[in-house]
This record gives sequence, structure tokens and C-alpha cells, in this order.
Amino acid sequence: MKTITVVSGKGGTGKTSVVSSLAALAKPVVLADCDVDAADLHLVLKPEVKRENTFYGAKIAHIDPDACIDCDLCEGLCRYGAIGYGAEQGHGIASVLRVDPFACEGCGVCAWFCPTQAIKMEEENAGHWFVSETEYGPMVHAKLGIAAENSGKLVTIVRNFAQGIARAREYAMLLIDGPPGIGCPVIAALTQADYALIVTEPTLSGQHDMERIAALAKHFSIPTGICINKWDLNPEISDSITKWGQETGNPVIGRIRFDERTTYAQVAGVPLVDFTTEGAAEDIRQLWDAVRGFVAETV
Amino acid sequence: MKIAVASGKGGTGKTTVAVNLAHIFAENGSRVEYCDCDVEAPNGHVFLKPSQVQKENVYVPIPEVDADKCDGCKLCADICEFSAIIVIKGNVVTYPELCHGCGGCTLVCPQKAITEVNRPIGEMETGQSGPIRFISGKLTIGEATAVPLIRQVKQKLSTDTVISIVDAPPGTSCPVIEAVRGMDYVVLVTEPTPFGLNDLILAVETMQALQLPFGVIINRDGVGDDAVETYCREQGIEILLRIPFSRQVAEAYSRGGVLVEQLPDLHDLFGKLAARLLELEPVA
Repeated sequence: MKTITVVSGKGGTGKTSVVSSLAALAKPVVLADCDVDAADLHLVLKPEVKRENTFYGAKIAHIDPDACIDCDLCEGLCRYGAIGYGAEQGHGIASVLRVDPFACEGCGVCAWFCPTQAIKMEEENAGHWFVSETEYGPMVHAKLGIAAENSGKLVTIVRNFAQGIARAREYAMLLIDGPPGIGCPVIAALTQADYALIVTEPTLSGQHDMERIAALAKHFSIPTGICINKWDLNPEISDSITKWGQETGNPVIGRIRFDERTTYAQVAGVPLVDFTTEGAAEDIRQLWDAVRGFVAETV
Repeated sequence: MKIAVASGKGGTGKTTVAVNLAHIFAENGSRVEYCDCDVEAPNGHVFLKPSQVQKENVYVPIPEVDADKCDGCKLCADICEFSAIIVIKGNVVTYPELCHGCGGCTLVCPQKAITEVNRPIGEMETGQSGPIRFISGKLTIGEATAVPLIRQVKQKLSTDTVISIVDAPPGTSCPVIEAVRGMDYVVLVTEPTPFGLNDLILAVETMQALQLPFGVIINRDGVGDDAVETYCREQGIEILLRIPFSRQVAEAYSRGGVLVEQLPDLHDLFGKLAARLLELEPVA
């Protein structure tokens, strides 16, 4: 079983659109949406949820006002500015010490040192994750709670479960839709990946962020291939990306033209390759051949 | 006035809005600063090309254990919620990348065997882009946590009355929350597509949970469908600006161009946006 994670550095370069079409071409395949902050893959692949699970993220401090003696020790110990009388929340000044749940990191230092044990650390329900079926194969996805922490931990759960399904049911491939950026959720999505497909766009911003995500993949010794989405919006930068890729061992394995049908397909809620066989859809078929070639070579 | 530019979905045009808004405010004579808090994928410098750049490293505190003083009591491992410090057969082992820098282990150690040392996680830049003050953070490749870096970058914001524009990371989790904390107003940038709408709703729910006032900008107006318009109307959310889609805009962006300098129509649109935002300024 091979795990392919689609990443980008910069957001909005077309990861989810590419993944949905690759899913249609790779069928049957196991899918995982690891962009748990802003998950969109379900809008196209229309999973039927078979199992829903609750995710418990970081613990959050809760102060019992009856037990609190206003000694202010916790306020001084908290390095995150999460405890105070005038917590930012609502801009009001409270008469009792309180915790700003959005600033609390759950370290528990306040609870440990509170002389009257007025502070309890409580696990927060931080979201849900789902095991589903799509017409392309099983899919594991999630919805992080609003303003919740620890998305890296939720990504790890989604990825692990999807890998488990792929192995147990003997699928050849797991396709992961990764989050933007280079931080903990991305690291969690790339862990144990056999291949990182980097979707970029021919803009100076896209190029800059692509170099950072390629460096991250290299840091974890994961081979990469680059796909330039909307390449014809700036052929000059596309050539520059291709040249950079040759020099640094991050080969460009696909170029997808700018095509309004990509947006029409999204509005219609279907993968582009199921919407049309022409234009950008044709380009994605070629990209899939290249990805499949890599997977076949390294089995 | 402190304005954050955020979005649920990535690539909707946060940096475009933040940079062009900064230009318009500066043109109108306001003292303005731009602060790039998308430290995982910072792009403000591509458009603002800052000069007189000063760099400094950003650190987080991590524990260092003096093995001679340590008696293996394990209290440090007990207090640590992140498994960043553990005791195996009487020896303390630390995992710096898991450490949140809370300082609990140092405080709890009865032998005073733990001191905090600085570990670099990224760098910060300050500089000048014409009249615009430029601040930016950049997370080192391989580092997991952007939050402490964003926190320190935001400490560079001026405390006197200027217009501060914070370019936030995409998403709805901890880095976004750190970036928008303490802001007077949040501009949510989206695009009129199903992905744009889905992620806008998540961003709106996040701002509502944080009790921050916000409005919406629709970028690439004209592509996709009108579901974002309908949603905003039904929810009573103000649409601050619609930036029409054109290949010209997309190409200017790709070259790192400042749109209000190159396209007069967009200059007018951003002028109106700036005026509207100033009307929204909270009375102190």
C-alpha cells in the first residue's frame, strides 16, 4: 500500500480539486481529508457517513468561583495570558478570575499550583471524525470544533485510521488531501507518506511557498513531484518552477491549464474528470499517469 | 485601529486585500503598518518588497535538566501535559518539539535541576515599504507550532494610534485564533464557490465564538455561484467589497504587483473599502 499526500504550502492552489479528480481516476482508493480546519473534499466526493466519532483535544482550565480566593497566583503563572479579571472575551471586566478558553493551551500549571484546588482541567469536545463510503472508495474525514485546538492530533487520527483501512482491506493506495502551510497539521499529514504531490500555482507567492513545502518534505526524506495548476496564467513563472524542480530533485510531473470548467465542476459537486474529458481534465489524466508510474516503480 | 484579514479557505486573496488596503491607507496619509502573521507561508514581502530589513530570531523556552541535581522524582513528567519531559529509569529525557513552553517543569522541580533555555523556531523581520511599516514572521522548516511565533510577531505592532493590518493564516484553528486576538475588526475574504462558502461559514462561526466584529469580501466575484451572497444576506453579514474576477487581476497578482497601483478600477474599490472600515472604528 502506498500513501500519497497532496500538499501545497500556499492555500487555494487547487489541492482538493486535484485530489477529487485523482480519486475518480484511481478508484478504488482509500481517501483521507486531512485539512480538518477547512475540509472541502466531502463537497465533491459526497461521502455517506458510516461511523461518527468524537475527538477530544486539549484540556481547558475551569475555575470554580466559589473555591477561588482571588490570590492571583494562576494569573501570574499563565504564560498564555489566558487568565485574568478582564479577559478579552466580550471586552467586559469580570469580577472573578476567569479563563479565556481560546487562549488556554491546557498546560495545567494553574491547576497544579492553585492553593485551593479551585481549577479543574477538563477535556474539551474538539470535533468529530467520520468513517464513510464514497463511490470511489472508503473515506476518513473530520470536522474540527469551532476555534478548537490540536488540529495536528486530529489529522493524525484521520491519517492513522485511513491507513488502517487501506491495509486491512488490501487497497493499493491511500490518497490524502493535506492542509496548507508547513506546521503541525501538515507534518501530521505527511508522516509515513511515500510520496508528496505538491500542487502549486505560477505566482511568486505560490513559488515561494512551494519551495518551503518541498524543503519540509525533504526534511522528512519524502520524495516529491510538483503539479503546476493554472500554469498558463504565467508561463514564465511556470518555466522557472520547472527549472527549479529539475535542479533540486522536485520534478514537475504535471501541468494543469486554467479552465473555467474547474469551477463549474465544483459548483456541480463532481470531480472535474467526471464533468468533462477535455481541457484541464485531460491534463489531470496525464498527471495521474505520472503519479501511477511513480507508485508502480517504487512498489 | 487594528484590522485582521482572515479566511477559512486558503488562497482566497488575504494578502492581496491586506497589501492593497495598506497602500490605500498610506496614500490617504494614515500611519499604517502591515503585519504578516501567516508565518507558515508568508507572502507579504513578495508584494511590499521591504527595505531596511532587520532580522531577529524568535525563540521558545524549553527545559534543560542538570543531571547532577536531578533525583529522578518524576514531578516534571507528572506536571507536563504534552509528554515533552519524561523519566526513564531515573533519567530525564526531553522532547523539545513537543514542549509548549509553559514552564511547569521548572517551577515544580524540588531540586531546582531544571532551567529554561531558548530554542529558535523562526525569525522575525521589520522594515519599511515606502510609507508602510512592514512586520513579518517566518517559521523554520520542520517546526510544528506557529502560535508562539505569531504571538511574538504581534508584539511588534505599534501601541500608538496607527492603522495595523494583520495578514492572518488560513483555517480556523490555533494559529488563526492567535492572529485575530485583540483585533478591532476582522475582514473575511472568500470566493463565490462551494469551497469558499463552506469555509466562510466555518470562519464566521469562529469569529462569532471569539465575539469579534467582521465583514466579508468576495474575491473573484463572477466565478462560481451566488450562494455566498445568499448566505451573507440571510445572516445579515455585511459584504464590504466585491473584487471582480479578471485574468488581468490574476496575472498582475502572479507577478507580485500591487493592484491599486496598476488598475484604477481596483483603486476606487479599495478606496471605498478603506473609508467604510474607518466608519467602523470602535469608539474607545
